[in-house]
Amino acid sequence: MTALPKYGCFRCFPNGRRSEMNMGSIWVVAEQHRGQPLPIAFELLGAARDLTDNVRAITFGQGATAAAKLLGEHGARSIVELGDLAPGLPAPRVAAALAEMVAEERPEAVFFGTTFDGREIAARLSARLRRPLLANVIGLELTVDGPVAHHGLNGGEELATTRFINARPGIYLLRPKCFAPRDRESPSTATVAHREPPEAGATDAVRVVAHQEVVQHGPTLDAAEIVVTGGRGFGSVEKFAQVEQLAELLKGATGATRAAVDAGWAPYSAQVGQTGKIVKPNVYIACGVSGATQHLVGMKDSSHIIAINKDPEAAIFSVSDLGIVADVNALLPRLIRALEARR
Amino acid sequence: MRIAVCVKQIPKEHERIVFDPESLRVRRDGKLIMDDSDAYGVELALRLVGEAGEGEVIVVSMAPHDEETGLRHALAMGAARAVLVSDDALGGSDALRTATVLAAVVARIKPDIVIAGTESTDGYTGTMPIQLSELLGWPSLAFSSSLDLVAGELRARREADDGVFELSCPLPAIATVTSGSVEPRYPSLRGIMEARRKPIETLRLSDLALNAAEFEADGASEEVRSIVPAQQRAAGEVIVDDGTAEVRVLSLLSEWKAI
Ligand SMILES: Cc1cc2nc3c(=O)[nH]c(=O)nc-3n(C[C@H](O)[C@H](O)[C@H](O)COP(=O)(O)OP(=O)(O)OC[C@H]3O[C@@H](n4cnc5c(N)ncnc54)[C@H](O)[C@@H]3O)c2cc1C
Repeated sequence: MTALPKYGCFRCFPNGRRSEMNMGSIWVVAEQHRGQPLPIAFELLGAARDLTDNVRAITFGQGATAAAKLLGEHGARSIVELGDLAPGLPAPRVAAALAEMVAEERPEAVFFGTTFDGREIAARLSARLRRPLLANVIGLELTVDGPVAHHGLNGGEELATTRFINARPGIYLLRPKCFAPRDRESPSTATVAHREPPEAGATDAVRVVAHQEVVQHGPTLDAAEIVVTGGRGFGSVEKFAQVEQLAELLKGATGATRAAVDAGWAPYSAQVGQTGKIVKPNVYIACGVSGATQHLVGMKDSSHIIAINKDPEAAIFSVSDLGIVADVNALLPRLIRALEARR
Repeated sequence: MRIAVCVKQIPKEHERIVFDPESLRVRRDGKLIMDDSDAYGVELALRLVGEAGEGEVIVVSMAPHDEETGLRHALAMGAARAVLVSDDALGGSDALRTATVLAAVVARIKPDIVIAGTESTDGYTGTMPIQLSELLGWPSLAFSSSLDLVAGELRARREADDGVFELSCPLPAIATVTSGSVEPRYPSLRGIMEARRKPIETLRLSDLALNAAEFEADGASEEVRSIVPAQQRAAGEVIVDDGTAEVRVLSLLSEWKAI
């Protein structure tokens, strides 16, 4: 974590009084890829541990057993591993397993990350339990009335504070990069158990008929220290290539606005914003980006922001440390040449 | 082939939601229009029915005060008819409540496919269609950037972090579609004229045999305590490129230890 989260978890009680709250356990649905928990999994554990020590992680998919060990070292007291769930997609059966487990143990809350699978499992669990869910959570707080969530509305322009009533377990979808993960504690004493999820009937009928892997050049958007994002201002896919070139020279990652993704200049996985990635790099360079609310919510917490736009009134300038009124197709070639000259 | 498209009708000034200071709910007493995000679903549904050579597109919506402006827009694009649920007991409904109502509508009109946007422009919870799929017990293809019918199954393309997936499932099924999946058509003048005469069935909760008090288990609910504008980041300096702005960028990048 580079910058401290703006909101994140905080308690209203001095250390030690937490237990008086009689908080139940918090469960974290921890996604992993080939044995490595996703960064959001550690963030969820961090958020949960700030509220209680009684934290369980639930993980699944190929490599879940290897991931379980790491989850124990990052704050989970117990881990339930649901196996690889093939051949379907994970969400329907993970939700079915959670519904069973909730009926047995009634945790205080279940935390999910805002990812494809996280959203889907949370939605399915909410429907199964007939309990509401809170999305876009960026902060959590423990009060005398139990946990209270801060969450974005209207593309993040407003911040609401909400709590559940009679909803145990509360279902929370947390946004990435808003909660600090805990330091690794090794070795851990966490227990790991396997549980076979029940069948999920027709909801589990989706099959993958083809999968084309995308080769990742350079750092991922989540991890990059520098992100260079291009918007509609480039005008063509050929000119948009300058964004990738600049990102590569800076050893950073390429981002795109929804307009650039919709135009087919970049894959959806490069989209930054409300429906795409949340990034908080050291430096964010926005080129030909207007600065719509839905884009700002994905990048405005970057440590430093530079924006290049030919319109002096562009909204992106309102969040930039340096705004440059310029034609991207004139400035980027000069910037690229200047960087190449330094090598 | 019968396809239902979920359409959300949202305030025109969707750049700015107005919250009622008393109830802390989004105010929906002004004029509502179709959420732009839903035009993609309407377009895809019209194409699927067109390719199937038979069938109809039905738009479904839940909105206060019998609001139908957004539905007329979808009808003008080419949908055959609309079903609207409007009931005072539904004020301030969240995603689960909406899904509960739409599940009853789907059970009534029995479509083969339900299409929705990935998330609305105003609420942006992004879970309603999946809650709907779970309530109905149907499979769902979320975040689809294209939809096709292949050998009686629904096929979708999904662009994820770990690559591009081609997904398939039997009908009935639900799909959510991303923006940019297709170019939505603009209603023609003729379409707009015809839309005025197309049927919109308006239902109350009693028509669906639903009781809003029973939507959640154990009377579970949310209590909004406050809504405040989010913290804004302060604007910095703005310069006009005089042909040497790259020098300034490089010096900042090294000051920030980025190069
Ligand atoms: C539900 C919903 C979710 C959304 N999610 C996202 C999201 O996740 N991410 C996202 O980015 N958007 C999202 N959007 C879309 C968002 O509202 C904007 O439409 C989008 O961000 C605009 O992209 P843009 O800045 O590239 O294009 P535009 O808004 O068209 O801006 C282009 C900018 O380029 C400038 N320009 C043009 N030519 C040049 C030039 N030669 N040199 C320099 N500058 C130039 C223009 O002055 C303008 O400011 C979402 C919208 C909705 C409704």
